[in-house]
Amino acid sequence: MGVEGIGARVTRKEDKRFLTGKGRYTDDMTVPGMKSAYFIRSPHAHARIKSIDASAAKSMPGVIDVLDGKQLQADGIGNLICGWMIHSKDGSPMKMGAWRPLAAETVRYVGDAVAIVVADSIGEARDAAEAVIIDYEPLPAVTEATAALEAGAPQIHPEASNNLIFDWQLGDPDATDRAIASAAHVTEIEIVNNRLSPNPMEPRATLGIYDSAEDHYTCYTTSQNPHVARLVMSAFYNVAPENKLRVIAPDVGGGFGSKIYIYPEEIVCLWASKKTGVPVKWTSDRTEAFLTDAHGRDHVSKVKMAFDADNRITALKVDTIANLGAYMSLFSSAVPTYLYATLLSGQYAIPAIHANVRTVYTNTVPVDAYRGAGRPEATYLLERTIETAARELGVSPAELRRKNFIRSFPYQTPVIMNYDTGDYEASLDAAMQAADWKGFAARKAQSEASGKKRGIGMSCYIEACGIAPSQAVGSLGAGVGLWESAEVRVNAVGTIEVLTGSHSHGQGHETTFAQLVAGRLGVPIDSINIVHGDTDKVQMGMGTYGSRSGAVGMSAIVKALDKVEAKAKKIAAHLMEADEQDVVIENGELKIAGTDKALPWFQVALAAYTAHNLPAGMEPGLKETAFYDPANFTFPAGCYIAEVEIDPETGETDIIQFVAADDFGNIINPLIVEGQVHGGLAQGIGQALLEAVHYDSNGQLLTASFMDYAMPRADDLPSFKLSHQNTPCPNNPLGIKGCGEAGAIGSPPALINAITDAIGNNGLTMPATPMKVWQAMHAAH
Amino acid sequence: MTKVTLTVNGRAMSGECEDRTLLVHFIREKLGLTGTHVGCDTTQCGACVIHMDGHSVKSCSILAVQASGSTITTIEGLAGQGELHPVQAAFKEHHGLQCGFCTPGMVMTAVDMINREGGSLTEEKVRAGLEGNICRCTGYHNIVKAILAADAEMASGRQAAE
Repeated sequence: MGVEGIGARVTRKEDKRFLTGKGRYTDDMTVPGMKSAYFIRSPHAHARIKSIDASAAKSMPGVIDVLDGKQLQADGIGNLICGWMIHSKDGSPMKMGAWRPLAAETVRYVGDAVAIVVADSIGEARDAAEAVIIDYEPLPAVTEATAALEAGAPQIHPEASNNLIFDWQLGDPDATDRAIASAAHVTEIEIVNNRLSPNPMEPRATLGIYDSAEDHYTCYTTSQNPHVARLVMSAFYNVAPENKLRVIAPDVGGGFGSKIYIYPEEIVCLWASKKTGVPVKWTSDRTEAFLTDAHGRDHVSKVKMAFDADNRITALKVDTIANLGAYMSLFSSAVPTYLYATLLSGQYAIPAIHANVRTVYTNTVPVDAYRGAGRPEATYLLERTIETAARELGVSPAELRRKNFIRSFPYQTPVIMNYDTGDYEASLDAAMQAADWKGFAARKAQSEASGKKRGIGMSCYIEACGIAPSQAVGSLGAGVGLWESAEVRVNAVGTIEVLTGSHSHGQGHETTFAQLVAGRLGVPIDSINIVHGDTDKVQMGMGTYGSRSGAVGMSAIVKALDKVEAKAKKIAAHLMEADEQDVVIENGELKIAGTDKALPWFQVALAAYTAHNLPAGMEPGLKETAFYDPANFTFPAGCYIAEVEIDPETGETDIIQFVAADDFGNIINPLIVEGQVHGGLAQGIGQALLEAVHYDSNGQLLTASFMDYAMPRADDLPSFKLSHQNTPCPNNPLGIKGCGEAGAIGSPPALINAITDAIGNNGLTMPATPMKVWQAMHAAH
Repeated sequence: MTKVTLTVNGRAMSGECEDRTLLVHFIREKLGLTGTHVGCDTTQCGACVIHMDGHSVKSCSILAVQASGSTITTIEGLAGQGELHPVQAAFKEHHGLQCGFCTPGMVMTAVDMINREGGSLTEEKVRAGLEGNICRCTGYHNIVKAILAADAEMASGRQAAE
């Protein structure tokens, strides 16, 4: 490990621009002649559009045009798609209803886009939107998934009768039922996973620029995966062929999943730019973000966990209803299936598992992946269930988990996954020690003496990162491959550009990826630039989500570096008249082992480009490309412990301590990894204590601002105690597992287990607001 | 349209705007200083915090015309060209930022906090003082650490100067 290489706490290269106001986000972009767009959105959760009259609006000051869904359809712009095919257990394909970028006949949620106003200023666009007269015929609406399945519920899409999208299963139902029937103990519980709004601090934005001379489109957008955006807009939405469409995701202010998807606004602004002949920029305001950014979670599940007389888990049965909102978002079908049910074994050896999942349309914002995506739902369900079982069985929750841990690897679960490595006991022990688990009883007594209730709870999570390999995900229904690309471009003076298909929106790739190269070559980190986020610069990539950039993106860089080094060694051997096998790269030099012969890195690079003296037949230049397709997922795991104190007068929860012990395999930059855990924990704690999306019975979103939706603030959270265990991943060259989502996955059950431990009532749902805690506490007595 | 004249980051600047224009939009669109961000529309998130006449202000909460005549510092003017203010340096040192979007507002709030209560800040005070700034990436852990470190650094600098 060098000062700037793998394992070093290198401060971030990208920080200076963000700290001095020089970051460049989509809304910061301006181009000559640019105009502002405002989207007119449905105020109804469900309605038929009878007519749209924009004649008065079009003659208002500053207005360029008002465009609607019929015009969009007439121009052949396609419907939005869901890119992961799921089949129901009866073999039928999922029932996907049409999602038009601008609704033409029917609106299906409050916020559904109906028309776009383009004007000189956003103020004028808003004023004109007020003058567009839309005659709606309101229809009955439904927002809860369970209600949407009931007979007589409003029908949202004609394609999906009873609003059922698919009825899917995984695992062995017969073996599971048999094990439950013969169990010594069965724990039954209903689990609700609350609907959340991702809320990256940068609202979504897009700038569509049509160049009529070249018949070419440029799309600046707040995207986690600009290449996928180009692919989808070109192949499915009929915006333009790929060679006529450039997508640029500049600095992106957080994503957490919500910026994976291609939304109506990107498509409509590009189309509107062509229609109006001016560049068109739209920036979401926060209320619009609540109304249109894909939400997360929203599951209701019934669970049975069976134990033998020795308290070993013999079976798990799960029946889940997942709310997918009004339309199927890009990866929405994968989240409650292959990203959820495949993780239901957790860290435990469970011989029989069966999961049944029904997904449902409702008149709400589409639901898709949000930090963790399916894995938080699985972890919350499993860790609440095992905690409940421990209480029913009268055994220590830590020891019940320990008894059931998987201990030998690789381990094949009954739900597809093959865990490569892990040491769950190491994380459990580290967390219990850091939390002083043994001293809890004394602390609880102290709290009681001062009239407070104290509780402790844990959660042992597992997640699957770097979804792969492409062939396997293709066989499960994915419409894309899940590899990554890299290009390492050594300049003639030895400085280096690394082009990656990963996309940083806060993860620090410009630093971490540069550390990898600096460590390998021994060159200064400042001589390395990471290039990403532009389809004209980087050939093709799959983007950043699912904690894949390290395990998959960096592995692609390793492959490209291998090729660059091999060629550089050949050149150095030729120049120094030595055998290439004897060349080593160290501290920025290519050396002949066992001699004092050496050439500086830049001299070898220069030789590659002057091409005056290269080995016979070698092409000039020093630039290599690689595509990396992993052999398997990676499986980060860990143990989180929360300790809380509750004021019985108010029901308010105070987090006394929060301990996280994570196994992410090898770590490139501990500073950045710790930051990822902190942020994930805050989002998980937000889900457990504060955050919830609420609709009223008519489908109006009640939580559409930061005054109504409780985001975690600094004084809601403690400082965190972290530690890392390490079982390196054997399936990628760096041995890394991914760390981006763990905090959000593992923390909610630890907190709810702690609160229910404190109040002695297990029937608490998230978010555990003071009111709910107070009510649960009083119901318990 | 009304003419607004301000001293921004030490320079006199002016521009025309509609009366309804918020100061944050004036700064971003008329003055081209895009370091000040808009993260909400209900004055909750603090991404737009600037200093007006020496005090931190959410620039989305006042009209540009109300600010006319005042002296403004934005994130771009906090330190000299190519330099970092001690608070900016501490955010970098302690990884107090990830996506960078809330960062300008966080830094401007932190500088004001240290200006007001420098030398006596505690974790509890810093967390309370950040109530009006939302970050979705960092969990605040390293922001709090950075502000306390900057406070200590600046206090020792003041002592050395005395």
